[in-house]
Amino acid sequence: MKIEHVYHLYSRAGFGISISDAQALVNKKVEEVVEALLNINNPAFITCVSLDELPSKAEMKSMTKSEKRDLLQESKEKIKQLNVKWVQQMTNSTSPLLEKITLFWHGHFACHIENAYTTQTLHNITRQNGLGLFKNLLVPVSKSAAMLQFLNNNQNKKQHPNENFARELMELFTIGRDHYTEQDIKESARAFTGWNFSPDTYEFVLKEPQHDEGIKTFMGQSGNLQGEDIIDIILSKKQTAVFLCRKIYRFFVNETVNEKQVSNLADFYYKNNYDTGLLLHQIFTSKWFYDDENIGCNIKSPIEFIVGFAKQFSIMPDDKTILKMQQALGQVLFYPPNVAGWPGGKNWIDNSTLLLRLKTASVILNGGKIDIKDKEDMPEESFDLPESITVVQTKPFYSNQSATDLLTCLLRVPLDDSRLAFLKSEHNKQLVLKIVSMPEYQLC
Amino acid sequence: MNRRHFIKQTGLAAAALWVPNFLKPMERFAVEGYKNLVIIQLSGGNDGLNTVIPFENDVYYNSRATLAIAKNEVLKLNEQLGFHPAMSGLHQLYKEGLLTIINSVGYPNPNRSHFRSMDIWQSASGTNEYLNNGWIGRYLDSSCAECNHPYLAIEADQTLSLALKGAIKKGFAVNNAKQLYNETREPFFEQLRNISNHHSNDNVAYLYKTMADTYSGAQYIFETSKTYTNTYEYPKNALGKQLKQIATFINSGMQTRVYYASMGGFDTHVGQLARQQKLLHDFSESTSAFVKNLQQSGTLDNTLVLVFSEFGRRVSQNASNGTDHGTASNLYVISSKLKTPGMYNAGPNLIDLDNGDLKYQIDFRAAYASLLQQWLGVSTSGIITSRHELLNLV
Repeated sequence: MKIEHVYHLYSRAGFGISISDAQALVNKKVEEVVEALLNINNPAFITCVSLDELPSKAEMKSMTKSEKRDLLQESKEKIKQLNVKWVQQMTNSTSPLLEKITLFWHGHFACHIENAYTTQTLHNITRQNGLGLFKNLLVPVSKSAAMLQFLNNNQNKKQHPNENFARELMELFTIGRDHYTEQDIKESARAFTGWNFSPDTYEFVLKEPQHDEGIKTFMGQSGNLQGEDIIDIILSKKQTAVFLCRKIYRFFVNETVNEKQVSNLADFYYKNNYDTGLLLHQIFTSKWFYDDENIGCNIKSPIEFIVGFAKQFSIMPDDKTILKMQQALGQVLFYPPNVAGWPGGKNWIDNSTLLLRLKTASVILNGGKIDIKDKEDMPEESFDLPESITVVQTKPFYSNQSATDLLTCLLRVPLDDSRLAFLKSEHNKQLVLKIVSMPEYQLC
Repeated sequence: MNRRHFIKQTGLAAAALWVPNFLKPMERFAVEGYKNLVIIQLSGGNDGLNTVIPFENDVYYNSRATLAIAKNEVLKLNEQLGFHPAMSGLHQLYKEGLLTIINSVGYPNPNRSHFRSMDIWQSASGTNEYLNNGWIGRYLDSSCAECNHPYLAIEADQTLSLALKGAIKKGFAVNNAKQLYNETREPFFEQLRNISNHHSNDNVAYLYKTMADTYSGAQYIFETSKTYTNTYEYPKNALGKQLKQIATFINSGMQTRVYYASMGGFDTHVGQLARQQKLLHDFSESTSAFVKNLQQSGTLDNTLVLVFSEFGRRVSQNASNGTDHGTASNLYVISSKLKTPGMYNAGPNLIDLDNGDLKYQIDFRAAYASLLQQWLGVSTSGIITSRHELLNLV
């Protein structure tokens, strides 16, 4: 592989790669490198809370208001811990593609609830099944307490159907708008009536008395359709593969979609039973994946920016800083803006986030101070970034590298003469500081 | 609306648009004929029923054993409704005919989650519709997609809210004009700025463009606002600070059309009486100081203030002397050009409830649409996607 292609692959399939690791892959074939990326044996679950720490339904009933409030507060803290642990794992993982695909599904199955335990369960479902068959991901997600609660399916009863889950299942999770009717939503909502979870174990339960066993007609098929049947019918539609492939393409390849490539991918995905690991293998080994127009064309998400930077420079911000940076840059894990997830692309950038991105990297490396204020009426707070950041490696990676190697490693887009002139530096540290302060550094 | 129309309407000197950013003269434009919209967001869900109090309604008193405000304490607005006693500032504006109160404002199938409901208010979407951009952002897109003024909409904060993000154009976040100016004058920024922003990579071009806009915007805001020294005394709280800065911007003749301020803390589940007392006092005093400030400077006629919260609270109080998330609430419009000063519609119906919550009477998007047409003078098409009968506001 060309070294530029190694960097490109690792910035999409992971969060970057060190110069020495990249150089070690140059003599290998693409297939070999991609297969190594896909060779993941351990889903690396993240856990911050266990079931036996939670009060049972009976205990909840006898709790006072203020005890319940404390419990909620504790739960919110646990979600912050999940967040921090995940950022750390993304940075240190030896299976970067597992972390990247989990980040993709995290945005796809966007969910925000205040129960840390069910949040954690949903997260680990996406870890367990993210690279396998899509159906093996979609069904457990649909049956997870977090999603059932977030999309109000626990209120979806035969007597009063709640259509929220059925609607989002089709609009956002599978087939996309304009490929179903309002009647399809109504009918499928009936099939999902009674889908609920146990308040003690948070395991899925079908509440028989609330479940509609009548005949439903969905996308042309009639019968006493169950929720699983609805999912099967949706997956039998080619459009579902097109919808998913377009979204995966925008995330892993290019925000600007090449419809022909997406259409070919959709054929492949559909034919292979929606095997996401195979699909990614297909993408990363395609010749067009390494076309110039697909390299350096996407804007890093805040998580890609934070994790990529931490990984590259072998640093780890403290917990508070990890959370503050996400907030200031506009992407807090486990807090998507809504069920549609983060819109991404140019939406990440406005005058305040760009300035912060351009400054953050150099401030961390150079020492300095950034004020980040909470949007709510929290007390104003400034913190010294360098002090809150642990440098794992004492000898910086850039000390013995040539300027060309540093540029190839840190930037995905070629520079013209005026940019190269701007980068003229007396020593590597200065060069690196300039590179990370350039708008081009925001691209991957 | 095309750009020429927009320029004419905003009173911008057309020639200035064709001058590169860094050559733009820092002249003061005429303020005359120029209209500002100032939006104040009360985050957390303000309890409308304890703000505009139905003091003749037994249901209100029965539902709120420890939270109800006694009839003899309210600041009377009409025979049925009165302000919370902490709202003397806004009460004065009401008496002067500068305030319209719209009751029972909300939307169909209300969502009681803060973040989703705020999303709905800021994006002006329906409950089951997910928009990636805000209504002010879309106003910028449709009114002046080609205008090169990043400061047409300003949020007085460090980060930019969804409301001000369009598909093409975005508003500008500025917490401290001088600090932002200094940050953009750092040497590396200056050097980068001189690099051409033309680039075959669309996103590279976009980032350089945003950087150039940040540079010129910070300069414009700092240079313009420093020509006016605001000596008016504001209450010492976060909203007062934001509004004072906005008044300074307006009085200095800045060509901004929309300003956005916000105040948090209204999520009063517990011990509401003391907390809301303080919140409403700060809000009312800061807002009335802002209005008096503009009045004295002769800029109030060009300014309209809209105040909203993402939802109201339930009719019945909870067991913690607080109130839980509800639905419809009040909207406030402050201007010297009001067509319907005073109470726009009757107070909320406390008997015909939806599962313990108020039923909305007026869709908030009708208010947005009315202000876009009647105040900002633009068509709502492409900005407000749903259709509503306009309100008679200004």
